[in-house]
Amino acid sequence: MSALAAQEPARPGLVSRLAAGSTLPILIVLGAIVVLWYGFAVYLNMPWQLGVYERSGAEWTLADLVRDTLAQERPVLPSPQQVFAEMWRTTVEVAPTSRRSLLYHAWITLSSTLLGFVLGTLLGIVLAVFIVHNRAMDKSVMPWVVASQTIPILAIAPMIIVVLNAVGLTGLLPKALISTYLSFFPVVVGMVKGLRSPEVIQLDLMRTYNASAVQTFWKLRWPSAMPYLFTSLKVAVAISLVGAIVGELPTGAVAGLGARLLAGSYYGQTVQIWSALFMAAALAAILVAVVGIGHRMVLKRMGAAS
Amino acid sequence: MTALLLALIFWAVAWAFNEWLVRFEPRSPVLRRLIDIVVPTVFGVAVLVLWEGIVRGFSIPSVLLPPPSMIWARIAASVPILWADFQQTFLKAVLIGYALGCGAGFVVAILIDRSPFLQRGLLPLGNFVSALPIIGVAPIMVMWFGFDWPSKAAVVIIMTFFPMLVNTVQGLAASSAIDRDLMRTYAASYWQTLFKLRLPAAAPFIFNALKINSTLALIGAIVAEFFGTPIVGMGFRISTEVGRMNVDMVWAEIAVAAVAGSVFYGVVSLAERAVTFWHPSVRGG
Repeated sequence: MSALAAQEPARPGLVSRLAAGSTLPILIVLGAIVVLWYGFAVYLNMPWQLGVYERSGAEWTLADLVRDTLAQERPVLPSPQQVFAEMWRTTVEVAPTSRRSLLYHAWITLSSTLLGFVLGTLLGIVLAVFIVHNRAMDKSVMPWVVASQTIPILAIAPMIIVVLNAVGLTGLLPKALISTYLSFFPVVVGMVKGLRSPEVIQLDLMRTYNASAVQTFWKLRWPSAMPYLFTSLKVAVAISLVGAIVGELPTGAVAGLGARLLAGSYYGQTVQIWSALFMAAALAAILVAVVGIGHRMVLKRMGAAS
Repeated sequence: MTALLLALIFWAVAWAFNEWLVRFEPRSPVLRRLIDIVVPTVFGVAVLVLWEGIVRGFSIPSVLLPPPSMIWARIAASVPILWADFQQTFLKAVLIGYALGCGAGFVVAILIDRSPFLQRGLLPLGNFVSALPIIGVAPIMVMWFGFDWPSKAAVVIIMTFFPMLVNTVQGLAASSAIDRDLMRTYAASYWQTLFKLRLPAAAPFIFNALKINSTLALIGAIVAEFFGTPIVGMGFRISTEVGRMNVDMVWAEIAVAAVAGSVFYGVVSLAERAVTFWHPSVRGG
């Protein structure tokens, strides 16, 4: 069998190679979702469209119905091509600096996401370092770090922003602080685990070298925490995007993806809501991917290429 | 200023007490557990006292940050309102949405368990969706299902579905090959293997999803209320009272949400300890 394979190098067809990986399954599931979407778009938009036909007394065929339900002004569920047409219109055909550009709103959200993410990561790392090195800190703070996440912190978002606005802090920082609060938790938990991941035998070796706590930290604990850090960062960056979007909701913010969502829901602009949602999804995907690339680069640099 | 000074002294004493307490290594496990509970409690109380002291000491206007005593007074004074909001948001939207979302995720995971093809298709998507700001579907759900709690429950269902799906599928793959082989030598059927081996082995993963979801559910329900509600509900109360600058009421609502969230999480954790008593992390090896 193996000899045969050696003589004739295994060259399975494109289809079977795709089916063996996860590309084809994903594509098929995605295709099914799109089909379902179209089906639901027709079904959900139908009542309104039928009402229109009835009022105008026009004759209609099934083809008319499908065409019209997929192109309503304010559909219950916009069709995919409507959403992408809207996205195309608001990203490519409008200057990125314009208030009507989706890129402009995405940028506002992205900047507060990133600021909050950076602050949250720094806070998380500092807290983790203290927790690992101080037993009292570990015992008293750690339970509260965990408890702080059982609190629906997003609920505080509107208040934090209104309060900070009252003291004269406006713009980016209040939103970023919400992202900070949300993103510090995964970093603390991951880093505490990571900084504790060196084994006793390795710590003992450092002691036989007469290494100080600082040396042990930089030469042993910090490098071994890197994989944990990046895993946490992926969670943290996704959650800080959520924080930034929610932070834009209740403030009457005029810019940002959250404000877009809110405005869309006030004026019944479903197409606008969906395009903002897809933009947010794209942002999340990009952010997670960037952290993933950083992860791989750091691991490679550390020689643990796998 | 004396208030601030007293608070700082209290903080220092509490911290010293904790430092002393953690150095103390009692032999009896009961005492050990007691210390594990007392230390964070002392810390929490110290934070509250420091908060009170700072607010009074610097006479920070209560619009910015009310002292804990004032929040407590507000909670005590408005129990009926808080209870109505709690009922609307937690008992209806959160619990129903949580049960349906987790249940659906679990059932779908079992359904696609026999099809590796579907698993390979759904898992990466599920992981991807978990990273998305799903909370954004809230306005759409409010449009579809109206202002009352069903729209909030719908948001909660969507938010809790994917973590449950992904974790259950991973958990079902967690039993080791040697255990599955043993089941085969017993001539166990698919369902016997599922119920006697693979579901118990998946329990830690499933509970992990249940814990993640307990927080997500509360967040989803509260945020969805920002997009429109009847005149009751925790999210509604928070957004209107912020507008009226009744910050103590907002904090009271947050305190209720915090307690509800923590209790919810705690109940799930207790259930986990009871069900996965065999797991190393519970046995505390």
